[in-house]
Amino acid sequence: MARVVIDPITRIEGHLKIEVEVQNGKVTNAWSSSTLFRGIEIMLQGRDPRDAYLFSQRACGVCTYIHGLASIRSVDSALQTKVPDNGRLIRNLLHGAQYIHDHPVHFYALHALDWVDIVSALKADPKQTADLAAKVSPNSPKSGVNDFKAVQARLKKFVESGQLGPFANGYWGHPAYKLPPAANLMAVAHYLECLRQQARTARLMAIFGGKNPHPQSLVVGGVTCATDLTPDRIAEFKFLWQETMDFVKNVYIPDVLAVASFYKDWGKIGKTKNFLAYGDFPMGPKEPDSFLFPRGAIFNGNLKAVEPLDLTQITEQIKHSWYEGDAKGLNPANGETKPKFDKYDTAARYSWMKAPRYKNEPMEVGPLARVLIAYAKGVPAVKENVDFVLKKLAIPADALFSTLGRVAARAVETVVIGDAMGTMLGQLVENIKKGDLNICDDRTWDQLPAEGMGAGLNDVPRGALGHWINVKDKKIANYQMVVPSTWNIGPRDAADKMGPLEQALIGTPVADPKRPIEILRTVHAYDPCIACGVHVIDAESNEVYKFEVV
Amino acid sequence: MSEGNGLVERLKQKGISRRDFMKYCTTLTATMGLSSIYVSKVAAALANAPRPPVVWLALAECTGCAESALRTMYPWIDTLVLDIISLDYHETIMAPSGEAAEKSLHDCVTKNAGKFILIVDGAVPTGDNGNFGTVAGKTMLETVKEIAPKAMAVISIGTCASYGGLPAAAPNPTQAKSVSEVTGIKTLNIPGCPPNPINLVGTIVNFLLFGKLPTLDDKGRPLFAYGQLIHDQCPRRGHFEAGEFVTNFNSEEARKGFCLYQVGCKGPDTYNNCPLVKFNDGTSWPVQAGHPCIGCSEPNFWDKCTPFYKSS
Repeated sequence: MARVVIDPITRIEGHLKIEVEVQNGKVTNAWSSSTLFRGIEIMLQGRDPRDAYLFSQRACGVCTYIHGLASIRSVDSALQTKVPDNGRLIRNLLHGAQYIHDHPVHFYALHALDWVDIVSALKADPKQTADLAAKVSPNSPKSGVNDFKAVQARLKKFVESGQLGPFANGYWGHPAYKLPPAANLMAVAHYLECLRQQARTARLMAIFGGKNPHPQSLVVGGVTCATDLTPDRIAEFKFLWQETMDFVKNVYIPDVLAVASFYKDWGKIGKTKNFLAYGDFPMGPKEPDSFLFPRGAIFNGNLKAVEPLDLTQITEQIKHSWYEGDAKGLNPANGETKPKFDKYDTAARYSWMKAPRYKNEPMEVGPLARVLIAYAKGVPAVKENVDFVLKKLAIPADALFSTLGRVAARAVETVVIGDAMGTMLGQLVENIKKGDLNICDDRTWDQLPAEGMGAGLNDVPRGALGHWINVKDKKIANYQMVVPSTWNIGPRDAADKMGPLEQALIGTPVADPKRPIEILRTVHAYDPCIACGVHVIDAESNEVYKFEVV
Repeated sequence: MSEGNGLVERLKQKGISRRDFMKYCTTLTATMGLSSIYVSKVAAALANAPRPPVVWLALAECTGCAESALRTMYPWIDTLVLDIISLDYHETIMAPSGEAAEKSLHDCVTKNAGKFILIVDGAVPTGDNGNFGTVAGKTMLETVKEIAPKAMAVISIGTCASYGGLPAAAPNPTQAKSVSEVTGIKTLNIPGCPPNPINLVGTIVNFLLFGKLPTLDDKGRPLFAYGQLIHDQCPRRGHFEAGEFVTNFNSEEARKGFCLYQVGCKGPDTYNNCPLVKFNDGTSWPVQAGHPCIGCSEPNFWDKCTPFYKSS
């Protein structure tokens, strides 16, 4: 039996360490440890609630915007603001812009090198690559023989320079790489293409958000981009959205399917069975009923029974985390925990993350959870896209509960959300045509209530995200965040049950413990984003929260 | 200019014309406040320089600075990483993990002692002996103290690395400090939350062009980017002078693009080039999006500039 420690895990946001036990070439035990603590919630105590979104948005610069949105929604719900329809639409469009940027970047920049052997691309025949591209992604631009020749020549020159930069010491030539050289060359070309496309796509958020990352146009009650509701700005948005969706549909989706077809065995690896989604994208004023992706929970992989969510059943448990307090766990509304670093000890405490549980069970959140819940509830756009993927790959539905399923679900929802952005933009145009230019609650800060408790529940690229706030005398009396990667990447709980990632790692094959690429595949499929997962609140109150969910 | 066998050739192979190349050199030169006679020199510097080794350490950060760097368009990020610099360690994009990643770091630092550029994002947690942040079993405090003295120059990117930033906001739960404070090394600071990537690229080009880092102000910031107040460059300045202010975000004044001073704009206290170069290829900047500047490139802005919506 070998213990393998991977620290740092790279190609993620944040600081993560994974330790596994390997027996007979398979993972038999796993520990996920988050290694950075910043304490954003402590800083928020006593501050102006309007400022909370600017602070909490800095929880993460990869999943930028989304903590800002969750925070603003929590204050909106606490102070019962009335966000006008244009406010809802622009917030949705910014959120959608984040999704259609973030998911392709994850696939190419963060995940692809686990499946694609860059060095093998040097051996490819560009003609064969062009033939392959014509078959799998016929509408993809820059797919001629000369295009692939140029990419290969550039790669060759780079390798021959001897300065391999970020690609030095990669796991090139590892037996777990299955793509033929021609496919590797196609993927390398698209990896480079995505690096450029993402910079253009990021402009979407900047149009209504002022900049990306960390946009700055939200305010309590709405948004601020009053001078951007003009035909030229909307046309610019529409053009960039269309360009991005062309990339998504003509390059990203075909690549996911092409790569997946070589790695179908990963439909049996990385299994979990419980899923939770808060749901998101209000397509009308009623929430959560109008959500594009519905709210709910699935237990034991049972797609026939999606349970409604009871938020009082969420607890955060700290038996294995570097915190003091009640090991059994408390609801985020009345948690009281304090950081206390001890040594790293997998038998005791080993992470800065807490272990969130729903009805005391570990729950996976994120693209797979959202897509499964929407699929089980029969959401037409999701059903259509999931069935297309299953048919194309000739795999059964239960192959979705896996590492492969996570990659596919991310691609599916990129299309569904991207398409819905067209509807949102159309609604915005209709409102402006009617002369409705309202973007924010009319009341100024002085006219809003001084007290209230609220929650902002969102489903963001990496999963269910909740911010809870208690406002007293126009100041923050209490602030709490329970974030997606804490659900997925957190450690064991009070009953020593593993977190979703730890569970998913069990059974993962490891051909060479010194080059554990297979482990990275399952870890990266969760798109871990760690900076936000580690936080703590120093709550003094024991009062039970009453909040309106927005 | 001499085209040599360097960058211009490499760009040509990728279908980037000499004209495109000169365009981004012009943009960079303008950003750096250099006269246009330098355009050809910028191009030559980019084209002929060897790729300087760069190590990027991520400490107590949110990765926003790395994401921002990824948004560079003049040049594109792939050009920057494959053709201009040699990015030997950057956890967010590098292929290897764990021991293999550690090897990349130590290979670079050993081979290029005194010759590599160190870029750091994130503050350094110093409380509880640095245990609030560890990578590869070492505290961030230990790592930065070990690596920084071996670098030719240390660039702190973002307000956290430059001045402590968000992690150091009161009550500073992890006793986070700037890179300069913990290493005793005078760092070149590119603050902002996150900073515009053009300011990082401008700094690198300055280095390749003149063989030295750009001129800095007393807070360690390159003058070419942080030499003027936002207020003095703001397109809404006329409204300030005319006494035309926004007091409600859902108002006619907001739709007319009046001055945001009375809703808390920190432009009068903030040095940066946002109004000039804007973000994301000139798409916008916060004041254009109707939101007050929060002073994100100033030291201690999370405490000094808050509450953000209150006029100073």
